[in-house]
Amino acid sequence: MLKTANIIFILWVTVLITTPLYAENYIVRAAIMVAMFSSLALSWNIIGGYAGYPSLATAAFVGLGSYVGAVSQVNGVTMLFSWVLATISVGVVSSLLGVLLLRLRGHYFAIGSIVLVELFRLIASSWSSVTGGGNGLNIPILRWDPSTVASFFLSVMILLMILTYMMNIFVSNNRLGFGLKCIKQNEDAANMVGINTTLYKVIAFMLSATLCGTVGAVYASWSGYIDPTESFQIVLTLKVAVMAMLGGAGTILGPVIGASTFVVLEEIVWVNFLDWNRAILGILIVMIIFFLPNGIIKLGILRIFKEKLNQKFKDNIK
Amino acid sequence: MEIFQIIVNGLALGALYACLAVGFSLVWGVLNVINMLHGTFVVFGGYLAYFCWSYLGLNPFLVIIPIGIILYLIGYFLQYYLNNRVIGAPVLTTLTLTFGLDMIVYNIMTVYFSATPRRIRLDLGSFEFAGVFMPADRLLGMVLAVILTAMLYYVMRFSNIGRAIVAVRMDRTAAELMGIRIKNIYSITFGIGALMAGLAGVIMVLIFPTTTSVAGAYLGKAFIVCVVGGLGSVPGAFIGGLALGLVESLAAQFIGPQNAPILGFLLLLFLLLVKPTGLIGVKGYE
Amino acid sequence: MTSTVLELHSLARSFGGIKAVQDVSFTLRKGEIVGLIGPNGSGKTTLVNCITGVHKPTAGKVVFYGEDVTKQKPHQAAQRGLCRTFQIVQPFPEMTVRENVAAGALFAQKINSLSKALDKADEYVNFVGIHEMADIPAASLTLANRKKLELAKSLAMDPKVLMLDEVNAGLNSGEIIGALNLIKKISQKGISIIIIEHLMKVIMTLSERIIVLHNGELIAEGLPTEIINNPQVIKAYLGEKFAKRLMEEKND
Repeated sequence: MLKTANIIFILWVTVLITTPLYAENYIVRAAIMVAMFSSLALSWNIIGGYAGYPSLATAAFVGLGSYVGAVSQVNGVTMLFSWVLATISVGVVSSLLGVLLLRLRGHYFAIGSIVLVELFRLIASSWSSVTGGGNGLNIPILRWDPSTVASFFLSVMILLMILTYMMNIFVSNNRLGFGLKCIKQNEDAANMVGINTTLYKVIAFMLSATLCGTVGAVYASWSGYIDPTESFQIVLTLKVAVMAMLGGAGTILGPVIGASTFVVLEEIVWVNFLDWNRAILGILIVMIIFFLPNGIIKLGILRIFKEKLNQKFKDNIK
Repeated sequence: MEIFQIIVNGLALGALYACLAVGFSLVWGVLNVINMLHGTFVVFGGYLAYFCWSYLGLNPFLVIIPIGIILYLIGYFLQYYLNNRVIGAPVLTTLTLTFGLDMIVYNIMTVYFSATPRRIRLDLGSFEFAGVFMPADRLLGMVLAVILTAMLYYVMRFSNIGRAIVAVRMDRTAAELMGIRIKNIYSITFGIGALMAGLAGVIMVLIFPTTTSVAGAYLGKAFIVCVVGGLGSVPGAFIGGLALGLVESLAAQFIGPQNAPILGFLLLLFLLLVKPTGLIGVKGYE
Repeated sequence: MTSTVLELHSLARSFGGIKAVQDVSFTLRKGEIVGLIGPNGSGKTTLVNCITGVHKPTAGKVVFYGEDVTKQKPHQAAQRGLCRTFQIVQPFPEMTVRENVAAGALFAQKINSLSKALDKADEYVNFVGIHEMADIPAASLTLANRKKLELAKSLAMDPKVLMLDEVNAGLNSGEIIGALNLIKKISQKGISIIIIEHLMKVIMTLSERIIVLHNGELIAEGLPTEIINNPQVIKAYLGEKFAKRLMEEKND
């Protein structure tokens, strides 16, 4: 049986993946961004949405993935293998950091995770023999024609988006997801009913980080150049959390809705208000906090949609 | 360089860090809010002083009071009309809200002040004593930072407002039952936090070139000082600041200035794991 | 002679310089109900915390079915069947009653499928008599029902030993009678129960044995009638008049 959320997701993926067929490059680029941020927001959802831990380390893992991917490609590793390397390294690093950081709660966890972004950035800029320091790194780009390159990266990002979506479905239907929800609501009680809370949280943190690493590496290959300030941005870390909240954190479809909405709004703001884009996004964030604290998905618009869809199905069956 | 010189540099830097972070610590400790605006407030205060100096020819020491008042009012009203609406919300909500506000203020600054590094050069010369060299503006900045921090301590310790703030920090419900108007206290505290940030910015612009892009770095310093010194306590922030200044000064000497900030963040992570309540000071609400 | 389930050997726990529990030894047999009494701050809850792995004992041993479990973590205690309810109830507020109970079955009993755990949960929700509220969020239950939920959750964990920390506090007399019957029913399943309680009526009705803590030390252990006649217990906890009244009630 297909759930409404899955149907919407499949429709949306179809829309995104077919953009090269009918839309101009600019739209294809936006579709890549939508897929990329959906993957990040869906990843964040595991630790931030299900487990309720305010992780702000997203940009640290995206950046780490970019650097592992870029450095290995610069040193002769093939592109695909560099992505695999990035994924594995981020998985390992995040598990180790998770063991350390997840002893913290609330504000201290938030600070500990956000500091990783700064820390990684500083390391990337000062370890210049490997990372090129503040000058950044040039990555060999694909020598195909531009529209093929765009379609290729669109497909890869959409693949990641589907993977993270499936990861969310798997987690939420599994005892892991149930345990994380328990942890979110009452961590001590969760521990008392037999949940190994430390293990669960570390797994959640690792799952949240790993595919961010892949996204980072793919992004680096796509853009052809990375540097510390672009790769490790506090803005990115918060944007991903805001996207998940905007759509509805802790739900499967919420992060996709949030990321898509935010990216579209951001593109509009960029085009129309070049000087003031940051302030307008700031206002947007403030408004989300005040007026949409539970996300779009809880607004009821979807419920109406869902009912209509169910009605259609019933009609079809008849 | 002589070890004595390194220590003096470290203490001078540390006093600045203390002054820079004490407002952040107060806001975190009392409101339980991680104020992402703090770094931007510092830069804003610095810019105001710079423009008063370069366009109006006003001595930065003269404009300290008006700048303090401006920052206090900005902080007070932001808290009163916006942040107070999410009191007691999870950290992600409050942190994201202050970050959204930060994006707005930051953008206003980049548009009106541009991103060029600014610095007030007073050309006061320098001192040398027992082989230790110290530029006069740096010494002046350090003294000013210590005075400001001491004044905040005095206000917190001996004024009615200060006692009310401490009471709210210790037990919000009890303070409310004693007739303290929590929302007002929160706004005053946030105002004081902004004021201290702005004045720290005035000192910073006397010593270091200031641009909007250093706001993040200043915020990072506030994080470290706060975790080292503990939340909401002025002496804690002071000692945290001195500790960070010394560590950075020593690190700059032995592992290179570009690596020194890394050590600060490692110190923060280490302390979070060993003693999340800070070396000194009281626990937050958690 | 029934088998021994839980043994404490000279258990001690201090916080800084304060000795919350010192040199406590006792054994619990299968299916037995033991009352644990003592004034506030005498270390009752700390003792339970030591048994369930919340606190690490500073000295002594906890032995469960012959296995030394002193160093266990709370989730390990739960999976072994050392379960407890809290003085202040600890539900998962936004989950339904059924889901709350299912959490116990899913994690402590290591049932793999969520739907099986939910079926199991229904069984215990019925057992404690809150099946009518099975689908409402735990946060909207009354205190009495929250306590029942707490019991159902613990039962879903398939406990060998159940520690009930003031499970009757805050209930009215009608609700207490209900709770008493429920505890008896649980005991008939062969689960050993340690019941912490200030209501002596409850303790006297239920307990086969009583142990008394005072300043962290075990000052008396014995049958209910022995305990209320023990001069040390009267001095430390019950008081002369109350002990006399309890005796009279017992004789009636």
